[in-house]
Amino acid sequence: MVLGSAIDIIEYCGVPRFHFVDFPLGNPCGKPFDLSMQREIVSDALELFETAKAAKTVVYDTHEWGNDTWRSRYMQINPEDRERLRKAGENRRLERQRMRDEGQVRTV
Amino acid sequence: MERTRLYYEAQGFDRPYQWASFQDVPFSIPHKTVADSRLALITTGARYHRQMTDPRFVDSGDIHAPPDCLFGDDLAWDKDETHLDDLGSYLPIQVLEEFVQSGALGGLASRFHCLPTEYSQRRTKEHDAPEILKRCLEDGADLALLIPL
Repeated sequence: MVLGSAIDIIEYCGVPRFHFVDFPLGNPCGKPFDLSMQREIVSDALELFETAKAAKTVVYDTHEWGNDTWRSRYMQINPEDRERLRKAGENRRLERQRMRDEGQVRTV
Repeated sequence: MERTRLYYEAQGFDRPYQWASFQDVPFSIPHKTVADSRLALITTGARYHRQMTDPRFVDSGDIHAPPDCLFGDDLAWDKDETHLDDLGSYLPIQVLEEFVQSGALGGLASRFHCLPTEYSQRRTKEHDAPEILKRCLEDGADLALLIPL
């Protein structure tokens, strides 16, 4: 079973069971240091092991993050970001090439 | 997904990111109840700091001696909105141990596993996923819970 966010990616992939938490990526088990919320979310998720009857079963968790600002901000690209992103990509490719040249790569 | 695609495009990667997609998804009804089952935990976080370009490998940690938090600076998650300072918010070992104590969960497998997110679907399908399955079975797990960051 998958407990997570990013419902579009996980539904596109297709998994046996998915407990979907509509939170910003990073804390699918509940808000940081909110043990009570984490207990509820994880407990609800475990139920899916017994209730799902077919592959690709998705359950929508009802907990809320508390604000929606992250929805539009995540990976948003503003015109002033473009040069920084282009350079970051270029540096990443150069670093990858350097590591490949030095043999620092996975062999399997 | 579209936003992620555009983000990589803005970084000048000429090959668009390809997400895995499966028409046929395996499924089986567990033979035991959750209260009688041993659960394995799998995360995409790492037990050590990685640079964006470092190679990633399957890794496992002791469920009974978990770290305070995991690392994920090299992964895509919402670093503007939140953080990974609380392990329980993405690897809920403490909560699951409570469930074991209360009898709601049979037990926890002795190791949690760190699954590397890879651009190569072949690596995930032919190497990393089978390796994690092998470790889960070695630990006698009945159920597996994957919690991607």
